[in-house]
Amino acid sequence: MDELKEVMITNDEIRTDEYLINMGPQHPSTHGVLRLLVQLEGEIVHNVQPHIGYIHSGIEKMAESLSYPQLGHLTDRMDYLSAIQNTEAVALCVENALQVEVPERVKYIRTIMAELSRLASHQLWWCVMGMDMGALTTFFYGLRDREDILDIFEETCGARLTLNYNIPGGVMFDIHPNFQRDVKAFIQKFKTKLPEYERLLSGNVIFTERTKGVAYLTKEDAIAWGVTGPTARASGFACDLRKHRPYSAYDKVQFKEILSDVGDTYTRYQVRMAEMWESISIIEQLIDNIPEGDHAVKMKGVVKLPEGEFYQRVETARGEFGVFIVSDGKKNPYRVKFRSPGFSNLFAINHIAKGWKIADLVAIMSTFDLVIPDIDR
Amino acid sequence: MKAIYNYIKEILQGIWTLLTGMRVTAKYFFTPWKHVTQQYPENRDTLKIADRFRGEVIMPHNENNEHKCTGCGICEINCPNGSIEIITKTLVNEEGKKKRAIDQHIYHLGMCTFCNLCIKACPTGAIVMGQRFEHAVWDRTLLTKVLNQPGSKIMEGVKE
Repeated sequence: MDELKEVMITNDEIRTDEYLINMGPQHPSTHGVLRLLVQLEGEIVHNVQPHIGYIHSGIEKMAESLSYPQLGHLTDRMDYLSAIQNTEAVALCVENALQVEVPERVKYIRTIMAELSRLASHQLWWCVMGMDMGALTTFFYGLRDREDILDIFEETCGARLTLNYNIPGGVMFDIHPNFQRDVKAFIQKFKTKLPEYERLLSGNVIFTERTKGVAYLTKEDAIAWGVTGPTARASGFACDLRKHRPYSAYDKVQFKEILSDVGDTYTRYQVRMAEMWESISIIEQLIDNIPEGDHAVKMKGVVKLPEGEFYQRVETARGEFGVFIVSDGKKNPYRVKFRSPGFSNLFAINHIAKGWKIADLVAIMSTFDLVIPDIDR
Repeated sequence: MKAIYNYIKEILQGIWTLLTGMRVTAKYFFTPWKHVTQQYPENRDTLKIADRFRGEVIMPHNENNEHKCTGCGICEINCPNGSIEIITKTLVNEEGKKKRAIDQHIYHLGMCTFCNLCIKACPTGAIVMGQRFEHAVWDRTLLTKVLNQPGSKIMEGVKE
């Protein structure tokens, strides 16, 4: 016993030199080409410095040479898991600038599509979260259910990932005749699969031990760092734009904003799981009530925005996505700025991960749900 | 005593949560016939691709080798990344009237992002999206295609 005590005391006094390691740019848990320069003492993280720009594609600059209808297909490629919401932001921004009122049908379709996209994104997040923590099984279960949503997208939008479905003035195609049937079948099926997710991962002792009480983010810090989306809502920051600044058909549906004031890794996980149930409920409320009408209003061949500055924000699966367009009255925007949720969320990582183990850093990054093209754009 | 009791309880609870998860995986393990993945590429013949799937831009021709393209170039203007090039020629008819017609509708498949804007903009419906998705080739020059077939001409009655 004394021997053990001695070891413990000396352990306390042992100090190793701090050393730097590169996590990424090619690392499975960075979900893309993100490089984290991690300053470690033993296993304990002292400092995390994200280095970005490995897949910078200059989308904001490219947008200056494109017309407004062409802008949408580039935003698909930023946060590719929230492609629908990104194009919706551009479409809403252009419509607001031109003061075009879209038909009710378009609003309903856009909302249903956005929620399907959010479900698909959260499914992928869930399976990757499990995989990051060593549970490879979850990866296959999540992708299996995501496949059903992608099939629905393929049937109605004509693509699986880069959809370019929301265009200024409406949507690209009217919904497929089978759309409502397929969505209902999917919801029915997914309602039995979601409890399976919970059984598989949420209660798992290894998972909870690694996530519960780890890496807290307080509400004040979430606001200070500009964190949005489920990550911030897990800290108690009510920032759901669907609730507070309703756009499209969100003012016609009843849903809860999932809030928690704990703010650890496990809560960030739970908020997203609960959001999936809310998305299901939103789709169920809308799917039978899609009004008749046109799927798009006729826009001019060349869309010219009036001179001025226009901003529109939407809630993507990761947080607040904003489009800021400066127009000088020509057919191309003078300047476009995208406020991507991933960028702001990522830079809170140093604040959160400080003092925790490097293995926790992997879990923290998973709960941030990073999509690198969204950060680099 | 209490500590030991809690310790054992925690271990048993932990094992129980693991078994709960394994029950889910076991269900799928013992009923594989219900959850078979697609046998691609063996199932190519029976593969169903959605009608709207955007695989490539194609120009349908009828049995007389006629298409609907007038060579107006609207698709070229609407393309965000320059995948379409229109080369026109001038035709002179019997009455001596000059008329613009398509010479080559060049489509760079390698640059296309399948955004559907060209198809949406086409005033005559001359180009549509095809469902073929297996585009791998050995040489990238093969990705540059001429959509109008050699010797084809415009359909009767199609106006700009």
